[in-house]
Formats: sequence, C-alpha cells, structure tokens
Amino acid sequence: MNNNFIKYLYGIADNSLILGQRLGELTGHAPSLEVDIALTNISLDLFGQVRSYFQYAAQLSEDDITEDDLAFLRTEREYLNVLLVEQPNTDFAYTIARQFLFDHFHMLLMTEMQKSKDETLVAIAKKSIKEVSYHKRFSSDWIKRLGDGTEESKQRIQKAVNDLWRFTDELFHTTEADEAMIKEGIAVDVKMLKDVYYKNVNEVLETATLEVPELKYFQKGGKEGIHSEHMGFLLNDMQYMQRTYPGMKW
Amino acid sequence: MSEKEVKNLEEIFEAKIARDEKIEPKDWMPEKYRKTHIRQMSQHAHSEIVGMLPEGNWISRAPSLRRKVALLAKVQDEAGHGLYLYSATETLGISRDELYEQLHSGKAKYSSIFNYPTITWADIGAIGWLVDGAAIINQVPLCSTSFGPYARAMVRVCKEESFHQRQGYEIMLTLCNGTEEQKQMAQDALNRWWWPSLMMLGPTDDASTHTEQSMKWKLKRKTNDELRQQFIDQTVPQADILGITVPDEDLKWNEETGHYDFGEINWDEFWQVVKGHGPCNKERLQTRVNAWENGEWVRDAALAYAEKQSERKVKQAI
Repeated sequence: MNNNFIKYLYGIADNSLILGQRLGELTGHAPSLEVDIALTNISLDLFGQVRSYFQYAAQLSEDDITEDDLAFLRTEREYLNVLLVEQPNTDFAYTIARQFLFDHFHMLLMTEMQKSKDETLVAIAKKSIKEVSYHKRFSSDWIKRLGDGTEESKQRIQKAVNDLWRFTDELFHTTEADEAMIKEGIAVDVKMLKDVYYKNVNEVLETATLEVPELKYFQKGGKEGIHSEHMGFLLNDMQYMQRTYPGMKW
Repeated sequence: MSEKEVKNLEEIFEAKIARDEKIEPKDWMPEKYRKTHIRQMSQHAHSEIVGMLPEGNWISRAPSLRRKVALLAKVQDEAGHGLYLYSATETLGISRDELYEQLHSGKAKYSSIFNYPTITWADIGAIGWLVDGAAIINQVPLCSTSFGPYARAMVRVCKEESFHQRQGYEIMLTLCNGTEEQKQMAQDALNRWWWPSLMMLGPTDDASTHTEQSMKWKLKRKTNDELRQQFIDQTVPQADILGITVPDEDLKWNEETGHYDFGEINWDEFWQVVKGHGPCNKERLQTRVNAWENGEWVRDAALAYAEKQSERKVKQAI
C-alpha cells in the first residue's frame, strides 16, 4: 500500500512541481507588472503545495529522503506529471491556455480530495482549494479577455487551446497505483471528473466566444513517466545545482 | 500667475519642507522639484524591475524547494516595489507607459549594479547581502523625504528590503558553513560583487551633481561618501563572521576615525557601466523591451475586452 500511496502522491505533486517550474521561468517577463505578480503568485502557491506533498511522501517512505531528493533527484522516467503541465511557455496564450486547462481539473481534484480517508490529504486539499480557486478565476478571466478581446488575441488563444487540447484527456487516466488507492478510499477517482470538467471548460470557452476543439486523438504517457521532449530540458535546469554539487546543503 | 504670486508659493513650499511637512501631489511645487522627483522615482522603479532579471535568472535553477520559494517571493516583491513606485511617480503627472518608454529608449537610467551577471548560486546570496544592503542604506533616509507618496512607498520597500538582506546573508552563511567548494563559491561572489556594491552608493561627493539640491529637498540626508562609509563599516564585520575576505588590500580599521579605510574605487568601470557598456546592459534592456513588445497584443486585448464589457453594461442599463 505504501508504495502505491507514494506513487499517487508523486502524480499529484509532480503536476504542481512542473507547472510551478514553468511559471517560474516567466517571472520578470510577463506582459505587465500586474500579470507578472499574479503568475509568480500561482507558481508560489504550487510550490507550497509540492512541499506539503513531498514532505508527506518523505515521511511515509522507508528510505531516508527529503522533499528536495524527490523534487530534484529523480530520473525523468520517475516523474509522474501529466504531459499538459510540462508544455513550454510558447507565448502568453499558451501559458494561459495551459493554466486554464489545468486549473479546472485541479479545482475538481481538490474538491474531491477533501473527501479522502487520509487526513493529511484532506488538510492539503482544504488549504489548496482556496489557492486553486483563485488560479481558476485568473486563468478563466484571461481566456475571456483574450477570446473576446482583439482579432489577434482571439486567434492566438484559439490556437493555443486547440494545440493543448490533446493533453486534456490524460488528466482523467488512472495508473495501477491510482486504482489501488481509489479502492482504499484515499485517492480521487479522476475518471469521474471528466464530464463535469469538459462541461465547465466548454462553458468558459463559449463565453469567451471561442470554439470548443473537436478532437478524436489524445496524447498520454506522463502519468507512466513517458514524457514529451520538453521534459528533459526542464529537468536539466531544475536539477542543475543538485546534480552538479551532490549531497550539499543550501 | 504673477512673479510675486509664484514667489509667495515658493516661500510656502520651502517653509513646508523646512517644517518637515510632506508635499502632496496636489500641492503647488516648483517645476524642478517635480522633474527631479520624476527622474529619481522612476529611476528607482526601473531599478526594481530590471533588478528582477539577474535574480530571476536563478529561479529555475534554485538548489532547493525552500530556496526556490524564497527567491520567487523576493523577485515578486521587487515587481511589487516597481508597481507602487511607478504609481507614486504617476501622481506627478506622467503615465507608466511614458516611463517605460524612457526606460526602453535608454533615456532613463536604472541602478548600474544590475548590469552585472549572476553566474553562480552564491551571487543570489551576495546580491541579497550586499546589493540589498547598500540599497537599504540609500533608501532608509527616503522614508522621511519631503514628497509624501515617495516617502510612504519607501517605508514599505525598506521593510521588505531588510528581509531580503537577511535572507541573502543567510544564503552566504549556509555556503560558508558548507563544503570547501561552497565556501569558494561564496568568496568568488564577494570578490565580484564587492566593488560594484560600493559604486552603487553613487559617485564621490565632488563628482556628484545633484547632491546639494537633493539635500535641500530631503531627497538625500547624507552624502554618497558618508553612505558608502556607513555601508563598509557595517558590512566588513559581517564578512568576518562569514570567514571570507573583502577583496581590498587597503581595507583597514582606523582607530582614530573610528571607520574603515578602504582602497581606490575604479570609477572608470563605474562610468563605463553607467554609459551602457557594462557586461549585461544590452541584455537587460533588450529583455525588458522584449517583454513589453511581446506583451503588446495581450494589453491590447485586455483593453478591448474592458471596453466591450463597459459598452455592454451601458446597453443593459438602457
């Protein structure tokens, strides 16, 4: 059980870790100071959540490990985040579309996680849900601004949503570890969130005067540790210090 | 307005400053006072947002989750400082867009220190310790400067800066208590950041053009040389605690003066960087310009959306 639980935690935590890392790349480069501050805020929230999950995972683990070992010293195949969150900051439209598609999922996940049998997960969910509900509002508002803004912004956000749509289905996949933890009443059965997710997302897209993409083929793999080519470069940056100077305290 | 009336207003203005009362945006002020404040405050705001870049450079590579979160929060604080300094400057009748334009065209300056590269993690510690340390010495007197919006902004800025300074020093302390390699990294950072930090306190008094007027308006309370001495006196004992050496062979405690004597500053380097030829001047400015230009369509969209929304509201009201 322990091993499955830890894997389940990696899955949730890695989503926040990798998305937080992506957002951190943007600090100092946003279209306005206000947006810069907001994106950094979201990144900070996500890293705060990561620390809660990893500290908990380290505590559950039989090995003598820390939150930083988990964040910085796994191999690429051991990260279990979905493909969506590792996609690059192509432009502000992609940043917002990625955030929006993730936030709506994250909100549902945190809502359900409050019903977990595990008290620590419940506590993390209760704290996170306030943050995630702000993230969701921020990204949904920007979807509307860009969709119903200028001709250019509409084209750009539509393209970003269309491109990233192929990664949404994976949000609702479950791994063996997930299934085992669902049976225990600890994990959220994300399969059950799919319909309401698309309903919510589509509603915002329609308000934003955007088309809901019609897609038959989706991408997957992140949850099994099979990532896109972007992931290695992201890890290269993120793990640089820990890999270059092993075993030191910072 | 007659000459006599202007003279009268000037007298009221001077008397206010002499009584340590604040000048507020709607008060009458001499044109030179307004221009000087726009120059200095916007320069300060620009320094905050350009200053985000050398440190932001290390967010993606921070060595631990705790350090990453602290660095993100620090750089975010700087964005916040920029935001309220720009807002305070706007009360003097200039828009934020105009101020950006001055930065991007190279007309407005920002603190030269940010034109040096951050090449190791220890640089993040050294910037917090030395650069924020020097900034605090520069800025604490501004909390009681004569222009109200600036003074009030500075109270908050200084509180956060002093937190950043302690954080930077703590990074240095961790490195100096670490492995030999880490200690060397800390020493190397001190070697590279020491002299530029001394330069941050401005040209020597005899070469400083604005000092006299700024003293009168309480934009300055001490001269550059006095501030520099204060910085050195305060910082050298901190380096001793870290067990690393300040890269100045002439640095020596002087019993008679009660201050440290120190070596010659390379002012040629200072002026070279001020004039735009430092190691990263081009990159810093280009990065700001790129962020601004790449964000144009986003700002346009936000504006267009806001206009559509308010039109809809008007229609609904009818």
